[in-house]
Amino acid sequence: MKPAPFAWCAPATLDEALDLLAGHADAARILAGGQTLGPLLNMRLATPSILIDINGIGELAGLHPDLAGLTIGALTRQSTLEDDPALAALQPLIAMAIPHIAHRAVRNRGTVGGSLAHADPAAEWPALVTLLGAQLLARSKSRGMRLIGADEFFITHLTTALAPDELLCEVRVPPSPPGAGYAVLEFARRHGDFAVAGAMVRLTSDAGGKLTDPRLVLFGTGRRALRARRAEAMLAGASAGTALFAAAAATAATEIDPYDDLHASAEYRRHLAEVLASRALEEALARMNGKRHD
Amino acid sequence: MTEPSASPRPIRVSVNGVDHERTVEPRLLLSDFLRHDLGLTGTHVGCEHGVCGACTVAFDDQPVRSCLMFAVQADGHRIGTIEGMADGETLHPLQMAFWELSGLQCGFCTPGFLITARDFLARNPDPSEQEVREALSGNLCRCTGYQSIVAAVLEAARRLRQAPLAGLGKS
Repeated sequence: MKPAPFAWCAPATLDEALDLLAGHADAARILAGGQTLGPLLNMRLATPSILIDINGIGELAGLHPDLAGLTIGALTRQSTLEDDPALAALQPLIAMAIPHIAHRAVRNRGTVGGSLAHADPAAEWPALVTLLGAQLLARSKSRGMRLIGADEFFITHLTTALAPDELLCEVRVPPSPPGAGYAVLEFARRHGDFAVAGAMVRLTSDAGGKLTDPRLVLFGTGRRALRARRAEAMLAGASAGTALFAAAAATAATEIDPYDDLHASAEYRRHLAEVLASRALEEALARMNGKRHD
Repeated sequence: MTEPSASPRPIRVSVNGVDHERTVEPRLLLSDFLRHDLGLTGTHVGCEHGVCGACTVAFDDQPVRSCLMFAVQADGHRIGTIEGMADGETLHPLQMAFWELSGLQCGFCTPGFLITARDFLARNPDPSEQEVREALSGNLCRCTGYQSIVAAVLEAARRLRQAPLAGLGKS
């Protein structure tokens, strides 16, 4: 057997899952899609004594659009989002990002909540919720319900603000601003691999053509997905243009704290971040101006 | 209340349309269950951490990595493996195309490619070469260089568009 022995349980309701977490917080891990936990168990890098399998808790899955935005259940599979024809109109950035997440067989199991709770700095979901200003709803027996802003949720590499007895239950994404243009760009060695570096952008403008509330997030380039706030400040209130975008991208590349690993040096990541940020800004502008429809 | 337990538990799984009842430890991978408990060795085990795609099977008709699921999670579900792809002696159009166009050499990765490609063509019957390459990017082949695999999937797509019923499997 590949994984070390563990005790397994599959609660049928959220309440039951929270009871189990409360009773076994230190020993238990939540098993959702298993696309990250599975490899860790198989390689015995993780040896939890208890797995609480939440795949049978239907109330944790699904999309619920309303006036306040889009609520995404933590157990929603990536492929459910990929196949939802309404998503591109509701949340264009999410629809654009999903195909970058691994491969279809992984998206069929992998969940939104699992990706967020794992908090890999090169993954798409932490970058998405950071850019979109989403709120993450956690529940536990000890604290009840807690809404955590994306900025507070990610502490560092693989570390979130979730307490050991808390379960991430849903993601609340504010509505997409009218007329927004988005872009997602990644550089990866193979389609579907984790990004060596990536950039996401949202642009909106006022009646006079000045950029309003621009968002630029870089990921795979530090301990967590990062809003490049100094670059955003350069863009805010300015008229979009190639020189401005190049300057903002160069600034963004100074805001990150990239790392060396097998795939790329820190300096190469910084270079990629600047190039991707600049291209993502141009792409988002083209979409905002209706010159690009893909 | 469901208490956590490491003890073996009974499961009932439909594989290629046949019901199987076994008692398994929770840590038994679905891939090992198929191979060791059911003797269905067509599902190949490569990396065992979700990268190579060799162990891909259909879980309730959706391709998944069987090395990243536990057999207990398949309780009450339908699994489709490569053994269920042909209709008796009649190969699936994808299998025929792989055979005719040398979409395999050693064959180790082939079951995973076929299960992946069958689902892909069901969702996208008329793909471009680039779309085929992206759809297969989660499956590794160390023999072919992928050219012949991509050609085989495109050829199977063409044949399936002409005779769509030929692609109905038993999963």
